[in-house]
Amino acid sequence: MDRTPVADADVCIVGAGPAGGLVAHRLAESGATVVVLEAGPRFDGDRREQLEQHIRPGLDGPWEMGGPRDAFSSTGESFYPLNAARVKGVGGSTLHWQGMVMRLHERDFELDTRHGVGADWPVGYDDLRPYYAAAEREFGVAGAADNPYAPPRDEPYPLPAFRPSHSDSIFAEACERLGIDMHSVGNARNSEPYDDRSPCVGYGTCKPVCPSGAKYTAESHVEKAEAAGARVIDRARVRRLEHDEAGERVVAAAYTTPGGETHRQEATQFVLACGGVENVRLLLLSDSDRYPDGLANSSGAVGRYFMDHLFAGMGGRLDRPTRQNHVGFNTSECHQFYDDADPVNGLKLEFLNYAGPSPVIDALHADTWGDDLLDQLDESYGTHVSMGALVEQLPREDNYVGLDRETTDDLGDPVPEIHWSVDEQTDAALSRANEIQARVLDELGVEDRWTVGPDETGPAYHHMGTTRMGDDPESSVVDAECRAHDLDNLWISGSSVFPTGGAMNPTLTIAALSLRLAESLRAELE
Amino acid sequence: MRLTRRDALAVLAGLGVTGGAVSLTQFDPPTADSTGNEGGSTGEDGAGGDDTPPTAVRDTMVAAAEAVYPSAAEGVSEFVEAYVVGRARDDSRRAAMVDAATELDDVARDWEGAAFADLPAADRDRLLRELGVDAADPIPDGTLSERLRFHVVNELLYAFYASPTGGRLVGIENPIGHPGGAESYRRATMDEPETTDSGGETDG
Repeated sequence: MDRTPVADADVCIVGAGPAGGLVAHRLAESGATVVVLEAGPRFDGDRREQLEQHIRPGLDGPWEMGGPRDAFSSTGESFYPLNAARVKGVGGSTLHWQGMVMRLHERDFELDTRHGVGADWPVGYDDLRPYYAAAEREFGVAGAADNPYAPPRDEPYPLPAFRPSHSDSIFAEACERLGIDMHSVGNARNSEPYDDRSPCVGYGTCKPVCPSGAKYTAESHVEKAEAAGARVIDRARVRRLEHDEAGERVVAAAYTTPGGETHRQEATQFVLACGGVENVRLLLLSDSDRYPDGLANSSGAVGRYFMDHLFAGMGGRLDRPTRQNHVGFNTSECHQFYDDADPVNGLKLEFLNYAGPSPVIDALHADTWGDDLLDQLDESYGTHVSMGALVEQLPREDNYVGLDRETTDDLGDPVPEIHWSVDEQTDAALSRANEIQARVLDELGVEDRWTVGPDETGPAYHHMGTTRMGDDPESSVVDAECRAHDLDNLWISGSSVFPTGGAMNPTLTIAALSLRLAESLRAELE
Repeated sequence: MRLTRRDALAVLAGLGVTGGAVSLTQFDPPTADSTGNEGGSTGEDGAGGDDTPPTAVRDTMVAAAEAVYPSAAEGVSEFVEAYVVGRARDDSRRAAMVDAATELDDVARDWEGAAFADLPAADRDRLLRELGVDAADPIPDGTLSERLRFHVVNELLYAFYASPTGGRLVGIENPIGHPGGAESYRRATMDEPETTDSGGETDG
């Protein structure tokens, strides 16, 4: 494959995930000459083979993460499993995501003003509202306007919501008695055919692979971008951004191909869209005499304020069939407690449709077979229920992504260092989520209980905050249009620009910001 | 509960094995007018070679299935044959599966003085356990026990529990890996199974 640079490129985008894919598509459609440099490969084989790789022990994971290319250091109080949390490839982390999409609440954009914590965004919900709607159309979100706690919307979802599960109906009995409201959840997953993709056919392995194509992946927009004339170069690892003498503009992205050749892709505009960790790493690797602390980092904020969502969960067993693990996505949530002020951290509750083990996967790990195995599976499957929750982590300067200059990847570049811990306020929010979950499970009479709370929690794999947006160049990396304060032609797309993260899965907001960025960038090109 | 060829084809379809007739001749030895890569021989002593009849792999796999499947399973032979033959369409899997089944048969002949398929079911179970297959990690290119776990036992268990009929035995008619539609998760109970064995191709 020809991996040489594109001549006379208007826009060079680093990263072919949802942020990069959407920007590439919009700009290529408008006639711009677009090149996308993606570190990972195209995964264009049969997705059903990857399904087997996921299900069967003994096979490599489906997305080839974790080799020397992906080395990292985790130095904080809490270990961060970075390579479980991302995918490098055309499609980015939407290749392995679950596909839950919802808008941030109005309060998320003004947490400092309302509650004196975190930071305000330089844009509000109303600014993003039309872009949220556009993002829902791009993804083909299946949803229903039945959520009384959601921010206002003007239009129906593009696709009808997936109907509630049998498991949801069990929870509904208890929640009704407790005054806890259940509602549908937005899914970037086809409930009916959409955008030349299949409806869900129930493979049950949404995360990490949907063989039917019902789950949205950014491959969709990368393909559309290519159809509109964009060139996508896979396995092109961008290692450095070069700037002009004045330090005002980026002039080239230097990248290395699998054969070891290094090229320079020049362009008029550059968009970083390679995730909340690699965006930072690339900026820091691009230090120079003019910018000794890294590119776009005169504020010192590059890499700081790393946030993720934290998981809280609780489950157990009932004395009746709960019909779990038919599908790998959820059909009901509860956002009733999201805007509460004590604790101020946002939290949303999930009613899981995949509680407990799958018989297939259990069988493949069992240490027996025959009737013994059947007895084990009869015991392990059928009566589990569980609830999950995502909890907001507020931005803290001492949670950061940096460079570990003592450790290098297979190209000799310093690897990312993740320094992350969970503070007491987040712990309190996790406990609050557990309290609500316990009320529901108590009401249901759930036995054999387990809990994931402050002591057991882990990240939800949403990398946010590390190139935060703001109006003040002294304290933020990009402005409200997602353009770097320091360099006129450098834009950053993705959840790294979030000043706060709320407790909603971030990808719809990534998409909304990307579409907005594309509009601003298109105007710049005209 | 009765396994059918249709169950096997449904599992194969979930794995992306579709289309074309399935035939045991995939395990036939190479002939003078074949390219060799369609045959099952994987070495001088490999299954499908001149010393091993093409049915040996099927027989060994069926015999292993009878040991690792629940006693309630019926129709094992037809199910396993369809699955194994379909699975062998994958070149990378065929050679390893044939090798593993052949090695298992060789061990049976050495230790028990009989082909694996000719052993009583209890002895097959015992032999697999004596080989440590029950406790082995499934590793495609690992030790004998690990390869038997991956290419024989787990191949068979996957086929069984990812099939609608196998899943039903533990209460789920749409198990993970089977594209059984986006309706079953809404039902309070399992729907009635389809009883017709179409015998058709792998359209899932």
